Amino acid sequence: MSNINTESSTRLVLAKKRKRRNNLVAWSFILPNFAGFFIFTLIPVIASFILAFMKWDAFSAPEFTGLDNFNKMIHDQVFWKSLWNTIYYTVGTVPLTLVLSLGLALLLNKKIRGISTFRAAIFFPYITSLVAVAVVWNMLFHPELGIINEFLRFIGVDNPPGWTSSSKWAMPAIIIVSVWRGMGYYMVLYLAGLQSIPKELYEAAEIDGANTWHKFRNVTLPMLTPTTFLVLIMLTISCFKVFDLVQVMTMGGPGGATNVLVYEIFNEGFVKYNFGYASAISLVLFLLVLGVTIIQFRIQEKKIDY
Amino acid sequence: MDATVKSTTMSRKKKQKIIKAITYISLIILSLLVLIPFFWMISSSLKADNQVFTIPIDWIPDEPRWSNFSVIWQQIPLLTFFKNTIFLSVVITFIQVLTSSFAAYGFSKMQFKGRNTLFLAYIGTIAVPWQAYMIPQFIMMREFHLTDTLWSLVLLQAFSAFGVFLMRQYYMSIPEELSESARIDGLSEYGIYFRIILPLSKPAITTLAVLTFVNTWNDYMGPFIYLSSTEVKTIQLGLRMFVTLYDAQYALIMAASLVSIIPITIVFLFAQRYIIEGIATTGMKG
Repeated sequence: MSNINTESSTRLVLAKKRKRRNNLVAWSFILPNFAGFFIFTLIPVIASFILAFMKWDAFSAPEFTGLDNFNKMIHDQVFWKSLWNTIYYTVGTVPLTLVLSLGLALLLNKKIRGISTFRAAIFFPYITSLVAVAVVWNMLFHPELGIINEFLRFIGVDNPPGWTSSSKWAMPAIIIVSVWRGMGYYMVLYLAGLQSIPKELYEAAEIDGANTWHKFRNVTLPMLTPTTFLVLIMLTISCFKVFDLVQVMTMGGPGGATNVLVYEIFNEGFVKYNFGYASAISLVLFLLVLGVTIIQFRIQEKKIDY
Repeated sequence: MDATVKSTTMSRKKKQKIIKAITYISLIILSLLVLIPFFWMISSSLKADNQVFTIPIDWIPDEPRWSNFSVIWQQIPLLTFFKNTIFLSVVITFIQVLTSSFAAYGFSKMQFKGRNTLFLAYIGTIAVPWQAYMIPQFIMMREFHLTDTLWSLVLLQAFSAFGVFLMRQYYMSIPEELSESARIDGLSEYGIYFRIILPLSKPAITTLAVLTFVNTWNDYMGPFIYLSSTEVKTIQLGLRMFVTLYDAQYALIMAASLVSIIPITIVFLFAQRYIIEGIATTGMKG
């Protein structure tokens, strides 16, 4: 009796030992990445929430100021303008990119020789560095000399827009480049979506006498709903975070016409060294992205795929 | 009767041929339209500054100025910029792939206390935009006296949660029985990782490596915030600097732009499949 007892207790001790050893081994796998992740990502993420409620600039020591930053923000015209510009950019970019990437995916969803070359060509702008691309477009958009305005004059537009040098047209110019650059990326997502639609559905529709439009409207589009949803979410979030294109093409100008949210965070944080205030604006950016993510989870729970 | 059948098959064949031709022609026109800015870049890079904007566009310059491509290397330290960019891309990709695949093994193939909570922290930070926490990160780097060094960017970008997430997704698709039977055979966890899981995960590793390399090479905002001295600048910052310094030397700007995208074009040509598959399955960060 006692013999059995000791045996089971030694087994228990052994199991515990093995478990602890297992834990150690598991941690040895995770630690190299986790150490870097913890210090350089997790801590800053948490710190950014605290910083948003502090006053910290180049001249004074950090101190807690409660909601002061947010109070300041409410009355800050530049902040509101940057928020508005971000929304303008998003509303301009998202529908255009969505429609064009879907159209391109439909066109390029063919099983013919050389199709991957065409896909690569459309995707290419996305993979090339943004600075080079923005520099070329800036020249194409040149108000007096650029070929875009040269073309517009040729087709009879007497006063073509000033594009990046005009406060009215700078944002449309950025949107055009952004759509051109992004459509190949989202086309790839749509192609994956299209290829997952079962062939039988089209065959069944054909038997029912559906034409091309009917098939698109009643089979393709509904079956693509999950993809469209994903594209919509990814596009919106990437629009909220826009910075590079603005920095290289217009530097937020002219006259703040393209000063977007992240550019404003950059200005407050790294130009004026208002770390606290810049973090408060960061929090707004985070909440915007979080809002979109929550919508994503809510709808995904309802399962929209048919 | 026989003749009519023959003629209808003939005409159908003909019709198919015409449709095929139209498809190809429209695809070619479409691709060319999308790529126009690049053709203009190549063409302009071989001209004199005052020829860049002539109308009608002279797509193939009569006397291509190949010298533009040697001049740019003397006007700005392009070679230094290239070296810095290669250093960052290679080191970050290496550390990222190594530590991510290691950590992903822990998260997918091993049981330990707090695993799910920890993984949730990883996933949670993927949802937080980098721009929202770049300021505390910068203050921290300044305290470490690492700003304006390449190491600051290595430390910031080499341990991203995205890599762990991508590798874990792949490891989850490897059947549990494989590692289980190896465990019964007495292989240690390290043995299972190196001998079984790692060799199986070559496609995922290649995808992660290529995506990280391309992202690092093209990154602008990170270097823009951290690197201010000319000796540590990347090719993207260098090109931006060039445009500011020589804003009227259009042809040279185009030559420098072209040179800056050549390496990534080569990577794309060889690793296209991995890039496109990687996007289709996970979506690239950024």
